[in-house]
Amino acid sequence: MEPEAIAGALSPPTEWLIAVRDRRDRAAFGKLFDHFAPRLTAMMLKSGMTRAMADDLVQDVLLTAWTKAGQFDPSRAQASAWIYRIARNRQIDHLRRERRPLPDALALPEEADETDAAQTLALDQEARALRAALEKLAPEQRQMIEQSFLGDLTHTEIRERTGVPLGTIKSRIRLGLERLRHELKELR
Amino acid sequence: MPPVQHHIPEDIVQAYVSGRLPHAFAVVVAAHLSLCDACRATAEAQEALAGAALDALPSDAAPDADLRARTLAALDSVEALPREAMPIPAPAGIYPSAVMAELGGRPPRWKSLGAGIRQTILTAGPEGSVRLLYIPGGKAVPDHGHNGLEMTMVLQGAFQDITGKYARGDVQVGDPDLEHTPIAMEGEACICLAATDAPLRFNALVPRLLQRVFRI
Ligand SMILES: [Zn+2]
Repeated sequence: MEPEAIAGALSPPTEWLIAVRDRRDRAAFGKLFDHFAPRLTAMMLKSGMTRAMADDLVQDVLLTAWTKAGQFDPSRAQASAWIYRIARNRQIDHLRRERRPLPDALALPEEADETDAAQTLALDQEARALRAALEKLAPEQRQMIEQSFLGDLTHTEIRERTGVPLGTIKSRIRLGLERLRHELKELR
Repeated sequence: MPPVQHHIPEDIVQAYVSGRLPHAFAVVVAAHLSLCDACRATAEAQEALAGAALDALPSDAAPDADLRARTLAALDSVEALPREAMPIPAPAGIYPSAVMAELGGRPPRWKSLGAGIRQTILTAGPEGSVRLLYIPGGKAVPDHGHNGLEMTMVLQGAFQDITGKYARGDVQVGDPDLEHTPIAMEGEACICLAATDAPLRFNALVPRLLQRVFRI
């Protein structure tokens, strides 16, 4: 349960996910569905899935969010980042027919305290600033970031990273990330 | 445990987060993130950016109303399901859960390569392979990659070469041009998780490893 101080102060999707986690709130789940289903559909279609596959996976991702909501820690991630991770995991499991290797789960705090509340709020604000910074990027750079995180799952040619200069896509992503970081610094 | 000294380069963390890292390397990255808070934070920052990009996607691709109804109707049956159909193995001893998953939840079955050196191949495919290597203290680490990218992470003990000392959690990202002979440090045997994108040639592999071993 999040302390009262931050209730209502977080991004709406994060609030809905907390409501699902703490109260199994079905209305909040409906809101999560309405918010994420179109975006997840767009992500699945971008990575080359058919509409039917996309529908299946979108349902799968949101039901996974429902069953795993207990693992959601808003002091470490906004709902969008957490849902993104589930979506990528499910896409990889599905498309490559292999289990994606995942880091060991970190233990969740037994009870969220004041420090967690402050961290949750700070993270939410920083993530909002990141989103605002993303929208200020030149369309070309924004597209590179989208393509990298949301596009198809072709393997990175990491062999090229040793000795050979990074390809233009990679340097553009880097440029975009650097600009994001500078934007964030200014906003702090 | 002293903090990890040798980390995963940020572009490889990004490739992992975006799901574009070949499986063999993803195993090493997941194992490292399990032991390294700094790289885990980098990965989660990348995920924040990915989440922002997801959030910024147009929301006009409305799924059909039927999907919403079916998903909400499924909540009851999902609730009734066991927590996980294929549970992810828990970490065990020196092995993080990503390694236990490759091992199928069982301890490694070592195959001797001679001179006290052992290996267990976890996965080998056209996109790369990942294995565990067991090197007694004082022995040279076999050269496991050829003209490809290598990533080697220490799970137990330590090894050393001209680029430095590598202990539990440390990752060496090998440049194929780098001439180096890592040696396991005296004491506890060194157990490494080693990935390469060079194809495995099973027939040629063992003799070549032995050649290398016998040179020391
Ligand atoms: Zn690290």
